[in-house]
Amino acid sequence: MLASVATFAIEGIDSKEVCVEVDVRRGLPAFTLVGLPDTAIREARERVRAATLNSGLEFPMQRITANLAPAHIRKTGASFDLALAVALLCASVQVPRDWFATAAVWGELSLGGALRPMRGAVAVATGARRAGYERLVVPAENAAEAVLVDDVEVLGVPSLGKLVELVHDRWRPDPPEPRREWRPSGGGPDLSEVRGQADARRALEIAAAGGHNLLMIGPPGAGKTMLARRLPGILPAPTFEEAVEITRIHSVAGLSNGSLATERPFRAPHHTISPSGLIGGGATPRPGEITLAHRGVLFLDELAEFSARTLEALRQPLEEGRVEVMRGQRSIGFPAAIMLVGACNACPCARPKVDCDCDDVARARYARRLSGPLLDRIDIVCQLEAARPLELVSGGRGPVGSKEVRARVVAARERQRRRLAGSSALCNADMDGRLTRLHVRLGARLRARMLDGHVGTGMSARGHDRVLRLARTIADLDGRERVQPDDIDEAVGYRMTIGAKAAA
Amino acid sequence: MSAVCDRCLRRGALIGFLSPQIQAAVGRPRARTAGLLTLGEREMVAALGGSPAGAARRLLDEFDPALAREDLERSRCEAICRHAAEYPPLLAELHDPPNPLYVRGGLDRMLALAAEPCVAVVGGRRPSDYARGVAQRMGRGLASAGITVVSGLALGIDAESHRGALDGGGGPIAVLAGGPDVPYPRQHGGLYRRVLERGVVVSELPPGTQARKWGFPARNRIMVGFATAVVVVEAREASGSLITAEFAQDSNRELAAVPGQVDARVAAGSNALLHSGAAFVRGTEDVLDLIFGVGQGPRPHLRPVELDAGLREVLDSVEVGEDVGRASARSGLSPGEVRAALGRLEALGLVRRDSFGGYERSGPPAMST
Repeated sequence: MLASVATFAIEGIDSKEVCVEVDVRRGLPAFTLVGLPDTAIREARERVRAATLNSGLEFPMQRITANLAPAHIRKTGASFDLALAVALLCASVQVPRDWFATAAVWGELSLGGALRPMRGAVAVATGARRAGYERLVVPAENAAEAVLVDDVEVLGVPSLGKLVELVHDRWRPDPPEPRREWRPSGGGPDLSEVRGQADARRALEIAAAGGHNLLMIGPPGAGKTMLARRLPGILPAPTFEEAVEITRIHSVAGLSNGSLATERPFRAPHHTISPSGLIGGGATPRPGEITLAHRGVLFLDELAEFSARTLEALRQPLEEGRVEVMRGQRSIGFPAAIMLVGACNACPCARPKVDCDCDDVARARYARRLSGPLLDRIDIVCQLEAARPLELVSGGRGPVGSKEVRARVVAARERQRRRLAGSSALCNADMDGRLTRLHVRLGARLRARMLDGHVGTGMSARGHDRVLRLARTIADLDGRERVQPDDIDEAVGYRMTIGAKAAA
Repeated sequence: MSAVCDRCLRRGALIGFLSPQIQAAVGRPRARTAGLLTLGEREMVAALGGSPAGAARRLLDEFDPALAREDLERSRCEAICRHAAEYPPLLAELHDPPNPLYVRGGLDRMLALAAEPCVAVVGGRRPSDYARGVAQRMGRGLASAGITVVSGLALGIDAESHRGALDGGGGPIAVLAGGPDVPYPRQHGGLYRRVLERGVVVSELPPGTQARKWGFPARNRIMVGFATAVVVVEAREASGSLITAEFAQDSNRELAAVPGQVDARVAAGSNALLHSGAAFVRGTEDVLDLIFGVGQGPRPHLRPVELDAGLREVLDSVEVGEDVGRASARSGLSPGEVRAALGRLEALGLVRRDSFGGYERSGPPAMST
């Protein structure tokens, strides 16, 4: 007798529907598996046999052929166990086939018949909805994640035995918690814990308000990492859709804690990371750090220590907000809409200015490592100095906290959203040259300011647009619809000039 | 037009030829060439001797002045020897004046520049940003007051003073340790060319000679030879600039130094000079007072810029090396306003970016309104 059951295979951060067909007929007892399975799936035969028997069900002593279709999708891992077992039960008439015509199943089996949680439940639920299934059976621990997807009934089942009871209407799982109660948290480290560093705080706020990439320069221990960690807390809270997106990626990468993300991600890979670790890759392509930071912050500490190839690999994703990873004949796309925050020392020896003994050549070499295409995507640079003892010990009113800053950032973003509605840009940092000219009208006064800036600082054409974008954000942050000459001056002040002099 | 006699031309060729032997004889990198360069040709060959003595003698015997002059012309250099009436008198006062002196950039121009009061501005190759700024401003200030700035084109302070002198509209004299047509250090090729636009590059080694270690202290003595005053902007304890300072004292030139932070190792040498009696200079004005007497002499002709109080405050902060946070705390401006002021000051040419995004003072002095 023939039966087929639908399940899903993870590919990248998406899922592809896979149909598991099982044919049971008379013959010498055997269990063959066809359709591009890998070793873990071949081993599924043993798990399915043991789990079926240990759940008090019958394992047919007949000739069993299982096929995973479509054959061209590469299938890996243990996620087909449950579908195989269910198809086998259908084919051997132990459960009604009709029930599974509108349901998909997904899960790994233990020998005892329990269902184990796996990575990627959100992606699977998304796939089930897209394919039009009414119900999705997942391991009980994954139910909370899978239920984030609308329009598909998620059934969290602890074991194969319970699933059979469910099909026969002898048992119902507890409905997963109503998920609409989700609210972004205001938690995470708070900006009020950072003392001093007024310049960097202002730069951080502007960067958050316009979505600009930022570079912080300062000696070790000045608080670069501390500040960067507080950036997700001042960025606008993720919307529900963004939270689902974040959770889906983290669920595939095994980072999810089983519930919906409440904050934007913050990823800080070490500088020894490989290009594929950063942008994604591997034999079965897995998302890289830049994708794990999607809708959040990618922090690269010791920017100059990253290999040139790694930094080079960042360029295209930074421009396009997504990564294409090529593996063999396939290309897989990952989302990568991030804010980049870099940090580095002011010179190779990393000592304060008076103790620095780097010569021009060493400084120039260091600056050269930083310059290049990546820096073209960085709009703001700010300095940090080692915190002064007086600031560290002083009591009294602490600096402004994340909540207040976030409110200003949200207001600025709202202003940008209204202005940029209908264009491809979401925030000022996304504006191309045309949009920049459209939204930053240069009157006579502003034109004169820009001209001063060009003459005094030797700005390039690209630098020109960057200054205007940044001035637009500064005006938005301070609640002005028109850009003022002071905004231009301030934007010139944060201009990126690493290695400019060293190269001259 | 060169002003060099055949005998001196031959002597120059010999020094170039024997340069490796001079290095071997001097041994230690910082050792002074002592009396070696005062010797006559035959004595020099005898003193340095060694295996190439025969070749050196042959060079003397078979020397063809016409050929040498052609070579000189081809490398776009000129030369002047002590027997020429125009030989800079101050240079001739040295115990062992360079003879001949090779010049690139025009002999007449060199003589004109040397006829003005000259100040050597020297210092370490890995200076603090503070000292870079001082050297740069001093170069500019001196040049705009009509003083010729002399230095060695080396990394750090030397280069900054040359840059400043060029910014101030002056023609600097750069003294090299190798041939005058060999830019050294190599990464200063651009600066070398800029110097040649208005200034000159000189050396006691013939064109094409590579710099050797002995050449550096030797060129320091030539810098001193040109100068009426020597300013050490910043030097470590074992800096070559201290050799220059020694030459200055031996040759009766004014020796001055710029004070550095007392506990900074980069300034230990220059601070020690101050402690042992070198003149204390804070900038161009003090150097001018030192040369011409207090209140006498030319003043820099710099165009002052008018600034409002906020810009003035921020400019003060840059001058004393404060960061944005401290400038904001002191002036009462918000960090954003300080950044705006910095952007404005940069546009006005009063501050500029250092290589890592920080700011340093540049440009003419500013008056507040």
